[in-house]
Amino acid sequence: MADLSVKVAGVDFKNPVIVASGTFGYGHEYEELFPLSKLGGISTKGTTGAKRTGNLAPRIAETPSGILNSVGLQNPGIDAFIEKELPYLLTKDTTIVANIAGATPEECAEVAAKLDSTDVDMIELNISCPNVKQGGAAFGVSCEGAAGVTKLVRAATKKPLMVKLSPNVTNIVDIAKAVEAEGADALSLINTLLGMRIDINSRRPILRNNVGGLSGPCVFPVAVRMVWQVASAVGIDVVGMGGISNYEDAIEMMMAGAKAIQIGTVLFNNPYAAVEIADGMNSWLDSKGIKSVSEIVGTVEKW
Amino acid sequence: MKYTQGKYPIVKKTTLAKEIYDFTILCPEIAAVAEKGQFINVIADGYTLRRPISICGIDKENGTLRIVFEVRGKGTKEIAKLNEGELIDILAPLGKGFPTGEYKTAITVGGGIGTPPMVEVAKHFGENCRAISGFRSASAVILQEDFRASGAETILCTDDGTAGRKGYVTEALKDEVAKKKPDVIYACGPNVMIKGVVDIAKENGIPCYISLEERMGCGIGACLVCACRTVKNGEEYYAHVCKDGPVFNSEEVIF
Repeated sequence: MADLSVKVAGVDFKNPVIVASGTFGYGHEYEELFPLSKLGGISTKGTTGAKRTGNLAPRIAETPSGILNSVGLQNPGIDAFIEKELPYLLTKDTTIVANIAGATPEECAEVAAKLDSTDVDMIELNISCPNVKQGGAAFGVSCEGAAGVTKLVRAATKKPLMVKLSPNVTNIVDIAKAVEAEGADALSLINTLLGMRIDINSRRPILRNNVGGLSGPCVFPVAVRMVWQVASAVGIDVVGMGGISNYEDAIEMMMAGAKAIQIGTVLFNNPYAAVEIADGMNSWLDSKGIKSVSEIVGTVEKW
Repeated sequence: MKYTQGKYPIVKKTTLAKEIYDFTILCPEIAAVAEKGQFINVIADGYTLRRPISICGIDKENGTLRIVFEVRGKGTKEIAKLNEGELIDILAPLGKGFPTGEYKTAITVGGGIGTPPMVEVAKHFGENCRAISGFRSASAVILQEDFRASGAETILCTDDGTAGRKGYVTEALKDEVAKKKPDVIYACGPNVMIKGVVDIAKENGIPCYISLEERMGCGIGACLVCACRTVKNGEEYYAHVCKDGPVFNSEEVIF
């Protein structure tokens, strides 16, 4: 039995498998299938200052080896989250990461400030939602914008702060460095890649929002590359995500430099994926005689 | 609500019409808790998203579920390749089904591949049910024997008049309501049909429950993609077809 526990920005996770924001709601639905205590952590559905209704349907389309989605940050707002969802989640013996977003840097800071007095373990600031006009992508895709919002949120909370980066940028390393310089404790990447599908019979985009975020196995190599580049360039911890579907992918992502990983899309295919990935990592580590999963982080040897 | 995911054997496979398949799946723990109008989310080998398929029959005694589905695209084509004796990977039973409450008499309206979920409703009401079904043509007609076996009065319509009465199910529904008002109407089918049924129910002050379809992700209410505009207690809200539905009270849905 290998030691699967990891630390990200000083926060303990019992195993490296965190379920990604937006794919797991607030946990209720998956709890029908397995105890949430099996998870390394839960990144909760992106929460904004005020309630948001989200986009019109269809909000999802299948793609080769993946999906496009455009939910549009449907959520009950931060006050409802703190009052109704968070207390329940905090009883679940797993690490809770509150994912937050906002139309403006000020809204993000206001949401972070409200979480500061709660017992949430960590904040994940989403500056990369591609699905709403002002979902963070507006300020998440330039170094100045990313640095600016990180600075404001940093000032608003003492909680460990992880910033979730967009892959829809020219140079993700520059953005990562800008965010690190403003006091982020960790980075998570990648959010979805902006994409589009068209129904050739109706000549309409399948998504009502026309475009949406691509995720699933198809984005995995892009995610590995970006995690590797970013982890090699910054001094803070990196959480890797994007298309991880099995324990081998999870190990690969950690070798690229991720201290922990997040999974999302695979849950729609296999709702037990998080549990199976953690079990698979454990067996693999045992078979290699590796005592702790942290030993494999960033161990890829480049040619 | 209690659902499970697992691989279960297909104990019977038949073809009901062109591209329409009928599977009986042996899954006792799922059949034990399944309710009429719920659905199952099925793996299509090689595809990321599961395909939601409505439950057509529940046999709690033998521990089986029956699904009747049409090949609509690549995913359902893959599911249709499965044979008797092979395993089908399902997450089920999901969603909220048809409430039958204190209602004594019902009319069910099924359009095309929206017909299968009506079979269990007809069974519940037996001879107090009038089961209206509509299809494009005689070659597409399915499940009429099942409706008859349930004791329901069956009313068949085809668009081209090659079987049953010629015309749409909404015309048949108007006639049936005029003959005798039912306590409740249940409907599943294309959106334009559902809208027509809902209008007739409203005009006549009859409660109406409709089963809706939307592109889904997780199937259990976590990912929020299958949004449906609804209004409850005066407040507009995007409900989710997989968890809040697929069956909705027609008064709550904004078309």
